[in-house]
Amino acid sequence: MADYSWPEADRRAQIGARPARLDGPVKSTGFAKYPSDQNPRGLLAAKILTCPHAHARIVRIDTSAAEAMAGVRVVHVIQGEGSEIQWAGDEVAAVAAVTEDVARDALRAIQVDYEVLPHFVTEEDRDQAPGAREAGERAEGDPDAAFATAHRTVERTLGMPQMAHMCLEPHGQVCSWDGDELEVDASTQAVSTLAGQFATELGVPASQVRIRTEYMGGGFGSKFSPDRWGIVGAELARKAGAPVKLFLERDQEVTVAGSRPSAFARIRAAADEQGKLVAWDSDSWGSGGLPGTGQTPLPYVFSRLPNRRTRHTSVPTNLAGSRAWRAPNHPQACFLTMAVLDDLADELGLDPIDFLERNLDLTGRPDTYREQLTIAAGMASWKERWQPRGRRRESAVQRGLGVSVHTWGGRGHSSNCDVTVHPDGAVEARIGSQDIGTGTRTIVAQVLAETFGLELHQVRVSLGDNVYPQSGPSGGSSTVGGVTASTRRAAQDALREVLVHVAPRLEAEPEQLVAEGGRVFVDGDSSRGIPWPEAAAQIGGAPISVQGRNPGPGRLISSGVGGVQIAEVEVDTETGVVHVERMIAVQDCGLIINRRLAESQVYGGLIMGVGYALYEEWIPDPVSGRLLNADMEFYKLAGLVDVGSLEVHMMTGPGYDERGVIGLGEPPVISPGAAISNAVANAIGVRVPYLPLTPDRVLDALAGRGGPA
Amino acid sequence: MKGRRVTDDAKRSGFSRRSFLRGGAAGALSGGLATGLLAGEAGAAAADAEATETVGPGPVEIELEVNGVASRLAVEPRVTLLDGLRDRLDVTGPKRVCDRGTCGACTVLEDGRPIYACSRLMIESAGRSITTVEGLGSPDAMHDVQQAFVDHDAQQCGYCTPGFVVATAALLARHPAPSEPEIEAGLGGNFCRCGTYKGIRAVVAGGKGGGVSGG
Repeated sequence: MADYSWPEADRRAQIGARPARLDGPVKSTGFAKYPSDQNPRGLLAAKILTCPHAHARIVRIDTSAAEAMAGVRVVHVIQGEGSEIQWAGDEVAAVAAVTEDVARDALRAIQVDYEVLPHFVTEEDRDQAPGAREAGERAEGDPDAAFATAHRTVERTLGMPQMAHMCLEPHGQVCSWDGDELEVDASTQAVSTLAGQFATELGVPASQVRIRTEYMGGGFGSKFSPDRWGIVGAELARKAGAPVKLFLERDQEVTVAGSRPSAFARIRAAADEQGKLVAWDSDSWGSGGLPGTGQTPLPYVFSRLPNRRTRHTSVPTNLAGSRAWRAPNHPQACFLTMAVLDDLADELGLDPIDFLERNLDLTGRPDTYREQLTIAAGMASWKERWQPRGRRRESAVQRGLGVSVHTWGGRGHSSNCDVTVHPDGAVEARIGSQDIGTGTRTIVAQVLAETFGLELHQVRVSLGDNVYPQSGPSGGSSTVGGVTASTRRAAQDALREVLVHVAPRLEAEPEQLVAEGGRVFVDGDSSRGIPWPEAAAQIGGAPISVQGRNPGPGRLISSGVGGVQIAEVEVDTETGVVHVERMIAVQDCGLIINRRLAESQVYGGLIMGVGYALYEEWIPDPVSGRLLNADMEFYKLAGLVDVGSLEVHMMTGPGYDERGVIGLGEPPVISPGAAISNAVANAIGVRVPYLPLTPDRVLDALAGRGGPA
Repeated sequence: MKGRRVTDDAKRSGFSRRSFLRGGAAGALSGGLATGLLAGEAGAAAADAEATETVGPGPVEIELEVNGVASRLAVEPRVTLLDGLRDRLDVTGPKRVCDRGTCGACTVLEDGRPIYACSRLMIESAGRSITTVEGLGSPDAMHDVQQAFVDHDAQQCGYCTPGFVVATAALLARHPAPSEPEIEAGLGGNFCRCGTYKGIRAVVAGGKGGGVSGG
């Protein structure tokens, strides 16, 4: 049985280093060609006509005028007469034309008569929801008795609205047919699984569908499927006999191509005189558009809290269905839980870090959190600087500190990787994964280079194409574990084959040989060795090619991480404006392949977190049923000057590295909403019950008004 | 569509947007109307057209310089500079994201000045010099700002990067050590979704402007 493992710490040249991402130069010069940049010969542009009503029936659709227009090649009805539309922005018809402008002209020429039906889009008011569904109640222990005898109890109604993925490269693709063979340049997180989905819908074998995604402009959980516009794009291209580019317009991107479910809850939590949590009762609801939404995992992290009851109601709305948003369910559960625990700590007169520490036995990884809380508190000078809530200085501007903890799995997904060693010493990996901006291309190269003792520029990585061995979709922080496990196993196997050929030359056994620093030599006697190209030449005329498969958790990879974040904010109590001064993240993720890229993931999570804590929300109009901010002017992202000082501490080294590689994309985005809300409560003395923490919500809370969500 | 490289002679020839549009409008009128009684009216119409520079709605022939290369093409007046660059000239570095002057992913230099290419009609840039991110440097010969984006990992998915690189280069060319208000003015109009601002801050703090061409 071959042994697959990472090198010991003192023998790592690449693992844990900080090399720059390999595709940095092509990206920073604009030479990287994204799917939306593909302009094959004869390309047609496609646009989609969407329904302006949140709920309607199509009575009549007339495309004749559009079909007669010069430059229009294909008009395709997606939902015909009699179809019931359930959300504004749903696709009705599509046009392929010689230019985008002609396609837009043609959309305007399509006549659709609708019978407008009643709609519901404001789920924060659960009592008004026509389709609310009880989604289960669970209880453990005796919450009623525990509340009756508790020392302190708080009760809060809290929530956060739906928000958008807002991928900068919109969803879409370029479809090109050659006979019965389809090529799709897709902006996707799922290169290896997309072909089968296209094939089923289009009635061609999956073996005739090629998917390519060399680069892509952001997914965050929203780009796993061909989607209707993918299938429509392929149909248009087939009918037109020409390649068709179909990318969503920005308003469509915001409205239908990805949102995070909302989460609201009435929560009671109680503690005893020692500050130990003794009871929990939550009544939650939320919506992910038409499908409603499942239960958020409450209470979050402190899941062993005794005497708890959780109820959930799913509220369908006439809005497009939600999609997995970076760390699905966790940011919501984290905010709802950590805000209530923070308020309970205040009620108990305890420092919130002290309160969390007293209850860590109710979590799945108390030692990790304890260590992380200590480190984070040190970085924030918490002990010296934290003060109880309340007005502390004679100024309109108040400062506060807040803390939150989070968890994630991050287990590597199914992944196969082909590694080939050529007789001239060239080494390459081929893997049907995708680099969605996390640095997958770079870390696969690092694993290859580490295994063969080479430099990064001496190895080649090919990904982003489904002709390569299948590798899982990039979701749930599963990619880094999957691809490093499959690559390392293939590389170790390929190297062992090489060493069998080299051993006679060095008069040694293959097991005695190592590949390091560009040479193959007898371990412990580097003088008995040869340069790598000479070693590779020993394999003969044919290359060695080996496939590695990730068999699941083991020595190379595992799962399960904790993290702690602290936010420091300034709140102007006259204007209600919150500014994040500082964010501190303490995060573990097992063995780190690339320190620079790992830190970038955490910084990115913090920044995205500032966005949803302070600015981001879908704003549906109850009257029209449409989003009022399906754009980037009124759907606010955090900008460069909004994010304050960011400090990251990665838990790495002995005690962490042994667990192997664990995913990192999701965890750092979970806590910011809770930590920032807690910091604001600390600054102004009252809880602002809803995210994002916009000035109107802050002023409502200061005025003692509940205010609308 | 890419044409010949602009020579000094071509630059000296005095091609301007105004003279081009005037010539095109007058020419179109003289073809159809310059006879008989209507000749006088045509003359008046031509004078009006000269004052208001009416063109279109059909394609208008224009010439502009993109990354040092002169391009002559016919575009409808409604085509934005961004769409013209991407769809007609295959210059795809500038990205279309918000398409209405908010996110900055389409930032290019026009005669050295940063503009949103999505909010400029291509015919407005006739006779002007456009520099996109591709014009600042190439992977083998990066502009200092491009190199700094790599060094500080100021990019993830990379879709906002072309706009940020151009905006940063323009900022540092004007203010090698920008103040906070200057940073806000220079980069506040660009958004990143992956969250690369920490790296971009480091690029700005490094201050390696290296100058921008095309001005």
